[in-house]
Amino acid sequence: MLRRKPGEKHRIELTVNGRRMAGHAEPRMLLVDFLRHELRLYGTHVGCEHGVCGACTVIIDGRATRSCVRYAVQCDGAEIRTVEGLAAGEDLNALQQAFSRHAALQCGFCTAGILMSVTQFLAETPRPTEAQVRDMLSGHICRCTGYEGMVRAILEVAHSSAEA
Amino acid sequence: MAGERRWVGAPVPRKEDAALLTGNARFIDDLEPVAGLRHAAILRSPHAHARIKRIDVARAAALPGVYGVFTGADVAGLINPIPSAVRAPIRNYPIAVDKVRYMGEPVAVAVALDRYIAEDAIDLIAVDYETLTPIVDPEAAMAKDSPLVHEEVGSNVVHRRGFRYGDPESAFAEADLVLALRSKYPRYSSTPMETYGVIANFERQPERYTIWANFQGPFILHALMSASLKLPGNRVRIITPPASGGSFGIKQAVYGYMVLLAAVSRLAGAPVKWIEDRLEHLMGSSCAADRADRIEAAFKKDGELTGLRFMNLVNVGAFVRAPEPASVYRMQASANGCYRVKNIFIENVLAVTNQLPVGLNRGYGGPQFYFALERMMDLAARKLGLDIAEIRRRNFIRAEEFPYHAPAGSHYDSGDYHAGLAECLRLADYDSLKRARDEARAAGKLFGIGMAAGVEPSGSNMAYVTLAQTPDERAKAGAKSGALAVATISIDPSGAVTVRTASTPNGQGHATVAAQIVADALGIDFKDVSVVTEIDTLTSAWSLASGNYANRFASIVVTAIAEASRRVAEKIRVIAADQLEVAPEDVELVGGNARVVGVPEKSLPIRRVATQAHWHPAGLPEGVSPGIYETAIFSPPSLGAPDASERVASSLTYGYVIDLAAVEIDRETGRIEVKKYVSVHDVGTVLNPLVVEGQIYGGFAHGIGAAFLEEMVYDANGSFQSGTFADYLCVTAPEMPKLIVGHIMTPSPTNPLGSKGMGDGSSMLTPAVIGNAVSDALGIEDLTLPLTLNKTWDLANGREHHRATVARPRVGAAEPGIGAGALTGSGTVELTAPPAEIFQLLLDPTFLAAVVPGCRELTLIGPDRYVAEVTIGVAGIKGVYSATMEIRDKRAPESLRLVGRAQGALGSGSGEGRVRLAPSATGGTVLHYDYAADVGGKIAAVGSRMIGSVARVLIGQFFRGLDRKLAAGKESGDDATSSQRSFLARIFGGDKK
Ligand code: FES
Ligand code: FES
Repeated sequence: MLRRKPGEKHRIELTVNGRRMAGHAEPRMLLVDFLRHELRLYGTHVGCEHGVCGACTVIIDGRATRSCVRYAVQCDGAEIRTVEGLAAGEDLNALQQAFSRHAALQCGFCTAGILMSVTQFLAETPRPTEAQVRDMLSGHICRCTGYEGMVRAILEVAHSSAEA
Repeated sequence: MAGERRWVGAPVPRKEDAALLTGNARFIDDLEPVAGLRHAAILRSPHAHARIKRIDVARAAALPGVYGVFTGADVAGLINPIPSAVRAPIRNYPIAVDKVRYMGEPVAVAVALDRYIAEDAIDLIAVDYETLTPIVDPEAAMAKDSPLVHEEVGSNVVHRRGFRYGDPESAFAEADLVLALRSKYPRYSSTPMETYGVIANFERQPERYTIWANFQGPFILHALMSASLKLPGNRVRIITPPASGGSFGIKQAVYGYMVLLAAVSRLAGAPVKWIEDRLEHLMGSSCAADRADRIEAAFKKDGELTGLRFMNLVNVGAFVRAPEPASVYRMQASANGCYRVKNIFIENVLAVTNQLPVGLNRGYGGPQFYFALERMMDLAARKLGLDIAEIRRRNFIRAEEFPYHAPAGSHYDSGDYHAGLAECLRLADYDSLKRARDEARAAGKLFGIGMAAGVEPSGSNMAYVTLAQTPDERAKAGAKSGALAVATISIDPSGAVTVRTASTPNGQGHATVAAQIVADALGIDFKDVSVVTEIDTLTSAWSLASGNYANRFASIVVTAIAEASRRVAEKIRVIAADQLEVAPEDVELVGGNARVVGVPEKSLPIRRVATQAHWHPAGLPEGVSPGIYETAIFSPPSLGAPDASERVASSLTYGYVIDLAAVEIDRETGRIEVKKYVSVHDVGTVLNPLVVEGQIYGGFAHGIGAAFLEEMVYDANGSFQSGTFADYLCVTAPEMPKLIVGHIMTPSPTNPLGSKGMGDGSSMLTPAVIGNAVSDALGIEDLTLPLTLNKTWDLANGREHHRATVARPRVGAAEPGIGAGALTGSGTVELTAPPAEIFQLLLDPTFLAAVVPGCRELTLIGPDRYVAEVTIGVAGIKGVYSATMEIRDKRAPESLRLVGRAQGALGSGSGEGRVRLAPSATGGTVLHYDYAADVGGKIAAVGSRMIGSVARVLIGQFFRGLDRKLAAGKESGDDATSSQRSFLARIFGGDKK
C-alpha cells in the first residue's frame, strides 16, 4: 500500500462526471470535503460525517459510496459521479423529474445522496419491488418527506423504463 | 376581480425542485459571501456541570494557521447576556463563562485558516474543570436540597404559574368519574439533515455586524441579538441563505451561535464561518423539552368531559432561551382540544437542569399535550365502557358552533369534527377492525386500537408567550400582540413579476405556493412569477413575527401575499381601464391579458400595462403612483393581548387531525406492527395537494420516530449518550407504516383563500395514537415513549423496563462517579503466580506502566498514588487521557481498592475497582475484580454503545499482560492501542485527524 505523509498535500487526479479534475489534499482530507471545497462541487452534502445518513453518497467506480468515510487520497485515479452529472444538459433526467412530480423532496438536503444511490440501484436492479426500494433507501435518512414520494417516484421510473 | 383559481389548489410541482435536484441550490455551507473567510471550531464541555478553573489556550494559539482562540471571558467582555422571557437572574451567554452547565456547552472557539486546523487547535486547549454534582432529573431538581444550576436564582424552579378557566373545582367535585394519568414525554429532536451554519463579519466605521445563518426566525430574536451585541438593529444585519436543509423549529435556536460567531469575528478581526457537525448538533443545538406532566379529568357517566387539570413540568435544560417557556404555553389557549369542556385548570412549572437548553421543535408543545389529553380520552372510554370513537363524538364541538370560543381564549375558526371522525372510521373500516381485534385476541395475540383527535393551532399570536408573565408584569412591560406577516410584489421595468415573502422556508415549498396565489390573482402563468423567500434584514420588508414557524405560512403569510396581489391587480386594472376606456371594474386579468369583461377581443397584455408604470409615468391615469411595488403588512386583528382572565387568542387557524391506528405486538420480539393507520386532516382550502401531502407524510414520519425510536439520552451524570445517528435513531423507509390519508375541507374564514396552517398535525397526534393502541393491546396505561423493541418486550412480558445505559439518578451524591456508575462489570481470572507475588506487583509502578494497556508514562506522586498518561481508543476515537489513580484499603495479600479519574480532550471518566485475590488449587491465584465507572464527554456521546466492550477488552489485556510478564519475564509487547478495526471504528474516525 502506498504510504502518504501526514500534513503534506498530495496531488490527486480523478474523473468527475466525465471530466478530468485535479486538486490537492492532505491524507486526512475526506473525499466529501475535497469534492466540495477543493473541486467546488457543492451539490454533494454532509449530513452526519460518520457514515450513517447517506447524504454524501456519490458513485465511485460504479459503486454508490459515502464520501464522508473515504479519504480523497484513496480516490486518486477514480471515476466519480455526483449529482451535478445527472441532468442531461439543462433538462432533468427521468429520475429527477419523477422526484419532483411525486414530492420526493422538500428541503432537498438529503436528495443528492439519494439520487446517486437510486441511480446505481436501478442500474443493478431494474425491476425492483417496493420492499427492495425501501430496503435500499434504509441507507439514507430524510427528515422531511416520510419517504413516500421517493418510493413512488423510484417505482414509477423503474416501471416506465422497464416498459420502454 | 381576481381571476378564477387556475393555480391555487392544483398539484403544481415545486419551483424549488430543479435547483435542489441538480445540486445547484445553495445552502449556508456553500456560501462564501465575503473574501478572507476564516473557519471556526468550538471546544465544548465534556461535563454536565463543572466550574472552569483555568483555560490555557497558548498551545492552540501558537499552532500555525490559527488566527485566534477565544474563551467565554473574551466574549463576555464584548456582549451582553442574551435576554430571556423569564424574569430570573440567569445570565445567558452563548458560551460558558465561569461554569459549564451542560455537556456540549461551548467553552472556547478557535479561528483558523481551515476547519481542519481549527479542530487541531481546539484539541490543544487545556481546561481545568472542577466537577460539580450534576442536576439531571427535573423532578429531583425541584427538591429543596438539590444543587443548583444557577446559584443566583436560588432554586432550579425558574417559573411557576397557575391558570383557572371556568370552574374546575365544581366540575371535579360533581364528577361521576375522576381519572389521573402520568404523562412523561422524552427529550427528542427533529434533527434537520442540514446542521447549523453561521458566517459572521464585523466591520468598523461604522461598527456593523453582518450575519449569514440558516436561521428560520422568529425575527423577534433579531431584537434580542442586537441587544446582546450592543448595537442598534440596523447595525446587525441578518441574511438567510437561498436554501435551508430542514429545520422543524430546531434552527430557531441557532441565534445563540449567531451572537457567538459575531463576537468571535470582532475578536478575530476577520469574517468567520462555522458549520456545526452532527455530534455538535445532537448535543449542543436544541431539542424539544422533556416533560413530566400529570393530567386529571372529570367525567359524567355518559362520557361527558366536564373538567381538566394539567400539571405540566418542563425540563428546559440549562437556560431558559427565548422563546421558551413558549412550548408549554403554545397549547394553553386550546387546552380543551376538540372538546366542549369548559372548566380547566393549568399549572406550568419550569425546571432547569444540566442538559441542553430546549427550543422550538415540530408541533411545539403539541405532541406532549396530546399525549396527555388523548390518552386520557381512550382511558376514560375504557373505564366508562364506551367506544373510543363514541366518547369523542359525545364531546366534540359541533359543526354549528363554529366559530367557537374556547374557554382559554382560542377562536376556533371552522371545522366539522364529526364529519372528520366519520371519515376516519370509514377509511379504517372500523367495525371490521374491531372484529379483527376480537379474533386476534381470541387467538392469544396482543392487538390494540387507539385513536386521537386534536386541533392544529397555526399562525401564532406573539401575545401567548406573555402568559408567562403575571398580569402586573405584562402591564409594566407593555402589551404585546399580533403576528405580522409581510409580502412584497413588484413588477419591474421588463414586466417581470417578483414576490418577496420574508418567510424563510426550510423546504416547505413557500415559493411554489406564493407563485400559485400571485399567478391566480394577476391572471398570469405560474412560471412567470419568481419568488424570493429569504430575508436580508437591511433590504427586505420584515417584522418581528417574520420567519417560518407555527404553521404560519398558510394561515397568515398567504393573507399578506393575497393583499399585495390584490393591490397590484387593482393598479393594473386601473391603468388598463384607462387605455381601454372602460371602468376598472369591467377589466379582468386572464391568461396574461387585461381584458374587458364580456368583450375578450378588447384586451391588452398585462406586461405592457404594467411596464407603463415605469416607462411612462406621466401617462398614468390620475391618482396612480409610478412603478409597481406593493408591500402588504398584515396582522390578524383578532390576535390581541391576553385579557384580564388570562385568555388569549393564541393562533389564527385551527385545522384538525383525527387519527386511528391498530397495532399488533409480538411477544417474542417486542416488535410493534402497525396494522392500520388512518389520518384525516382538515387544512381548509388545499393550496397545493402535493405540498400538503408531503407535509402530512413528513409529520407522520416524525410522529412515528417519536413513538418508536427517538430519544436524547443522558446518563445519571448528565453525560450525553446520543451523539451520532447510530445512537439517535431516525426513521428510515422500511420502518414507515402504510398511511391512509383522508381529507375534510372546511375553509377558514380568516383569510381570503380559506386555507389553514398545517404541517405539525401528524407529528402532534401520532405519538398519542400509537400510545393508545399499544395501551389497548397490552392493557397498560402508564407508557413512556419511545416504545423501543426492548421496552415493548419488557412491557409485553410483564417486566419492568430499565434502559441499559442509565444508572439511577444520584443528585446529592458527594462526588460524581465514585461508588456507582453507568458502566459496571466484574470477572475472575486465574493467574499462575501466588497471591502475595501478584499483590506486590499490583503496587509496583514500573510493572504497572508495562502492563496497563496504552500506558505511556506512569509516575508515583505519593504513597500509592500515581499519575499516568494512557492512550485509549473507543469507537475509533483514540485519545490521550491523563489519569490519577489511588490504591486504597490495602489488605495484603487479599484485596485492594483502586480509585481513579481520567481526563482528556475527548472526555473524562471516573470510577473504582475492587480486586480480591485467593490462592488457587494449583498454587496460583484466583483474582476476582469488579468495577463501576462513569464516562463523559465526546467518547460517551458517540461511543456509549461500545464503552462496555472496550472496558472488557482492556481489562482482558491487562490481565493477559500481567500473566505473561509473570510467566516468563518476557516483554509485554501487547500494546492495547491495537484498535478495533471495525466498521464503526472507521466511520467514527471523523474527527478530521
Ligand atoms: S454525511 Fe456521509 S453518511 Fe452522513
Ligand atoms: S428532503 Fe429534507 S431531508 Fe430529505
